[in-house]
Amino acid sequence: MDFHSRSAGEKEFITMSDKSSGKPSMDSFSFSVSHQWFGTGLMRLTMTTVGVLVFLLALPTLTFAEEIADSTKPIVWFDTGKTAFALLTFAICATVIICTELARRGKPFYVRPIAGLLAMEEAVGRATEMGKPILFVPGIEDIKEIDTVAGLMVLSSVAKMAAEYDTPLEVPTSRALVMTAAREAVQAAALAAGRPDYYNEDRIHYITDEQFGYVASVCGWMYREKPAACFFLGKFFAESLFLAEAGNAVGAIQIAGTAETTQLPFFVAACDYTLLGEELFAASAYLSGEPAQLGMLKGQDFGKLGAIVLVILGCMLATWDSISPRGKNAEGQNLPRRSQWITDTVLKGG
Amino acid sequence: MSKTVPVLIASIVGCLMIVAYFSPPLLPARQMAEDWFTIVATIAIFLGGANLCLHHLKKISDREAGWGFSAVTLISFAITIAVGLLKIGVVPESEQQIKLAWSGPFQQEGSGFWWIYQYLFSPIVSTMFALLAFYVASAAFRAFRAKNLEAILLLITALIVLVGQTRDREITSLFLPPPAEGTPPYVPIADLTEFIRKTFVTAGQRAIMIGIALGVVATSLRILLGLDRSYLGGDE
Repeated sequence: MDFHSRSAGEKEFITMSDKSSGKPSMDSFSFSVSHQWFGTGLMRLTMTTVGVLVFLLALPTLTFAEEIADSTKPIVWFDTGKTAFALLTFAICATVIICTELARRGKPFYVRPIAGLLAMEEAVGRATEMGKPILFVPGIEDIKEIDTVAGLMVLSSVAKMAAEYDTPLEVPTSRALVMTAAREAVQAAALAAGRPDYYNEDRIHYITDEQFGYVASVCGWMYREKPAACFFLGKFFAESLFLAEAGNAVGAIQIAGTAETTQLPFFVAACDYTLLGEELFAASAYLSGEPAQLGMLKGQDFGKLGAIVLVILGCMLATWDSISPRGKNAEGQNLPRRSQWITDTVLKGG
Repeated sequence: MSKTVPVLIASIVGCLMIVAYFSPPLLPARQMAEDWFTIVATIAIFLGGANLCLHHLKKISDREAGWGFSAVTLISFAITIAVGLLKIGVVPESEQQIKLAWSGPFQQEGSGFWWIYQYLFSPIVSTMFALLAFYVASAAFRAFRAKNLEAILLLITALIVLVGQTRDREITSLFLPPPAEGTPPYVPIADLTEFIRKTFVTAGQRAIMIGIALGVVATSLRILLGLDRSYLGGDE
């Protein structure tokens, strides 16, 4: 079996064939890749990038393996103490992927409406009617935080709506990398809305990494420009209440969302709508309306169902533990509770 | 293509981070990926600094609302960078070092940069943080309006927790007589506060955290599988 390409000039394919017979063997496995695509510099660049990445990531691994090989200890490729957690992770991922695939194949899923997300268009519409700008704050952390990425995903949808209505959208950022990503997201949204002229990179700018310096700048802008709608979606800390109260003071409709449980009460108290934890991560999929992404939300719901079942089982086990007599070990001491073993050994991986 | 390569990088590095959690030999590779991020983020500081200057210079030249603040920002930025880079006020720390200001750390006590941090930056940040108390009061005033049953329950709970947090034992013990010798002190409001915090608040927070964990898994999968590229500007 080898890979060969047909003569140049004609529409070319790379075909897996049997050299001896000259006929395509293993029909079910034979595949064709458009040479037009494979042969382009873009594909080569992609493959090179992947190769370089794999090499650079494998290098320290191999070095480490060599160091281990020198010692008497064998290389442990899998930490068996984390088996239960690995299985749990695998089960959740599998559920999410299965639901995505089912949604792709056309299976309809019901996704409950989320008030905060339904209000987004209303907020943008309100800003348009009032002729005032929209403020979008993607949190104060860097792009490596999943909350920030979730915020940027929502920014894409908000920017598309704002571009359709031609309402100015201000995106001050506290990290330079977030600024770059936000610019990409808004520019693409403007293009998707058919309004490439809407994109103005001056409106997406970097302020400072310093938490309270950022707050002072954004609050100052809010008091001067009086935005009609404020979106606070990302990772927030003590600055959450400053921003939400400033928005409240200027009479803006406010939609906030964060996965920081300590900041949620502040947003709930000061904002019109709050996306609580998981709703922030669901927002992008919900707003996109794509079946595959909505399927993921359903998979997430199944994961939640599993968590509920486990919580109930855990409660029952803990209750049984507290009322049943406990055995003793060889030294006559009480054995640890079963629920404690599950918590310490199974869930925490020893 | 400008989206394909970033998605590939995100997918490969993301998968590596997951696998490395379970496979100890991959930990150096994981550490390397984290180091790369630090390097990229550090380089991005120049991008941020350049953007900061351009943004504020434009505001000044256009005489936009609040352009005076932009001037203050730029002047402060320039002075801080100059003082830090030139190590103004830094003295050599030991006899072994070359007796030039460059041989000492820029944050050395008594240096210009240290002075700016200690006597300008730190008080300003403290002032901003102190304002939080007033914002909490105004937010609490709105949130605790007893307009319906839920709001009344919230108000009562908040009052119990608020009073229970005070250190005045006479208030938190409801002026009950001190307990007899050898018996543990019973402080009704403080104990009730602890009960509320440990039982209801913890239960609620854990429920939210389980949801967040599942949301993180689903979002991470969307990113790793390249299903959602909106954070990179979507599909081309």
